[in-house]
Amino acid sequence: MRVFVCVKPVPDTAARIKVGGDGKTIDPSGVKFILGPYDARTVAKALELKGEDGEVVVVSAGMGGKGESAANKRIKDALALGADRGIFIADEAPENRDPLAVAKALATAIQNEGGHDLVLCGRQAMDDQALAVGPMLATLLDLPCVTDAVSLEVSDGKAVVQRAAEGRVETIEVTLPALITGQRDLADERYPKLKDILKAKKKSVATFDFAWPAPAYEVVSLAPPPDPVAGKIVGEGPDAVPELLKLLQDEAKALTF
Amino acid sequence: MATKILVVAEFRGGKFKKGALECVAEAARRKDELGGGDVVALVIGGDDAKAAAGSLGKHGADRVLTACASWLDYYNGDAYGKAAVAAAKAESAEIVLVAATLDGKDLAPRMAAALDAGYCPDATALSVEGGKLSLTRPLYAGKVYATVALRTPVQIVSLRPNSVPVAASEGADVAASEFDFGFGEGDLKSKVTGVAAKSGDKADLTEAERIVSGGRGLKGPENFVLLEAFADEIGATVGASRAVVDAGWRPHGDQVGQTGKTVSPNLYFAIGISGAIQHLAGMSTSKCIVAVNKDADAPIFKVADYGIVGDLFEVVPRMTEEAKKLKS
Ligand SMILES: Cc1cc2nc3c(=O)[nH]c(=O)nc-3n(C[C@H](O)[C@H](O)[C@H](O)COP(=O)(O)OP(=O)(O)OC[C@H]3O[C@@H](n4cnc5c(N)ncnc54)[C@H](O)[C@@H]3O)c2cc1C
Ligand SMILES: Nc1ncnc2c1ncn2[C@@H]1O[C@H](COP(=O)(O)O)[C@@H](O)[C@H]1O
Repeated sequence: MRVFVCVKPVPDTAARIKVGGDGKTIDPSGVKFILGPYDARTVAKALELKGEDGEVVVVSAGMGGKGESAANKRIKDALALGADRGIFIADEAPENRDPLAVAKALATAIQNEGGHDLVLCGRQAMDDQALAVGPMLATLLDLPCVTDAVSLEVSDGKAVVQRAAEGRVETIEVTLPALITGQRDLADERYPKLKDILKAKKKSVATFDFAWPAPAYEVVSLAPPPDPVAGKIVGEGPDAVPELLKLLQDEAKALTF
Repeated sequence: MATKILVVAEFRGGKFKKGALECVAEAARRKDELGGGDVVALVIGGDDAKAAAGSLGKHGADRVLTACASWLDYYNGDAYGKAAVAAAKAESAEIVLVAATLDGKDLAPRMAAALDAGYCPDATALSVEGGKLSLTRPLYAGKVYATVALRTPVQIVSLRPNSVPVAASEGADVAASEFDFGFGEGDLKSKVTGVAAKSGDKADLTEAERIVSGGRGLKGPENFVLLEAFADEIGATVGASRAVVDAGWRPHGDQVGQTGKTVSPNLYFAIGISGAIQHLAGMSTSKCIVAVNKDADAPIFKVADYGIVGDLFEVVPRMTEEAKKLKS
């Protein structure tokens, strides 16, 4: 099987995010970029599925000036987990591209490779949480698509996917090639050993040039979230409960019986 | 020129999702600012969806299209996506609104790619400035808020449930017309072969108006009965922190937070939850947050509107008891 895995560098979830000087992008100083928790799982799943003479190709698009290194490093992270080679789609834009532009870039780069059995994306990237690139990419490549997969089995040109939908788990069968987006429990996380990291350094990462389209989506401004208004400690212990319920009814108007 | 607004209205479990009604209502409220024109609702589903479709008129739809067949009874992204794209094209829709439920977030990006449309996911507010849409959307798990503009002729927005009000159902039913979406079950490369539904009639977490979430402070899975009892009294859905999901006390689907569900209920109880940044990321847009924690310095109190410092094993049973009294 030839599996393409799309990965995006994202800020560590504990990172402090500040609005940058331009008021439109974040200030990247002090932000540590990582391979997102979902992308790490899809890489692990791809390795499980690729089989004897299969191949796992990692693709990452853009991330502007700072990003070139961030994206390349995340490709290396995936290669250290065992992926075979990488494709880096260069991007001059200083900020995050919108998901549609990214999906177009990924589609073009993957099509350029001449064949795929499976394309994997994370269900969401931790920065924009768009949950968009996977289904968009599938549509552009005209592939059947299942999102939010918690399990994925492949046999006889077919994939059987369990999807964690709202309040239910669905079983969906798709013919290959297909695109699947992974939930965290799609696979166990892998941890590279030092020798894997060294080996990854020697694996090939090709650069793919893409003519980026005009943005379909534009961040006009960024602002810090509204300040949480310091709340009210109603009291201590169970005796505060009647007062709490009263406030919820009369003041917050959040509770009626 | 009148802007054409299409709402893809999600119908599940015998009724329209609240998010769908919110989208229809929001479209109706905004249509004049956007230059007037009809709000068209599209209903994809089985026979029961078709039967209910006309009721969207009550919430603000001027016209309703149905793309219904017994084999569409169940959500299948490939099928629903194709049908929705066909309808958007047939209607020359310029704005498409979808509720940002799990299925909505699966559907909308498919439409965006097929229609070459700019897409704003999970918007928490929508306004119209100079005849154009302006969207608000939390980024980096709510650590910053973006104001977003879309630059394409066709524009798609998914709206986070509970972000805008539903219209009082004072309008009248409208007649629904069938839309011929032009493909059959055999044309699809995917098929839903099984569904294991969670039992119970509780609202889904992402749409629930009231949520009672528990964390490691509950000490063990068996103690969640305390939360369930209180949740039953106030008609809430039970959620969880990642710590308890990772410990196997609660199913994955219950996790609220940056790597779980994003929720925005009117009322959110965080019980025995410390308030780690990744948890806050999933619930900080809740309208009213209540924390119960024995540690007065727990970070959750910084975002809570109301708090009780105390032992949850004493406080929660009392909450259940008092709620019972208020109900009777
Ligand atoms: C990449 C990444 C992603 C993450 N994603 C998520 C996510 O999506 N959602 C999420 O929730 N977390 C997430 N986390 C984990 C997060 O950092 C915290 O570890 C987690 O939220 C803690 O859960 P908790 O509040 O239940 O437990 P704790 O932090 O252990 O807090 C327990 C609280 O219970 C209180 N308590 C104890 N006993 C009692 C009692 N008897 N009565 C009252 N109060 C009591 C304590 O004072 C304490 O405040 C993520 C972490 C990482 C690194
Ligand atoms: N710039 C990118 N390069 C490669 N893959 C990406 C990129 N952005 C998003 N993806 C993929 O799409 C998934 C979902 O991202 P998003 O739609 O941004 O939430 C990620 O987990 C990646 O698999």
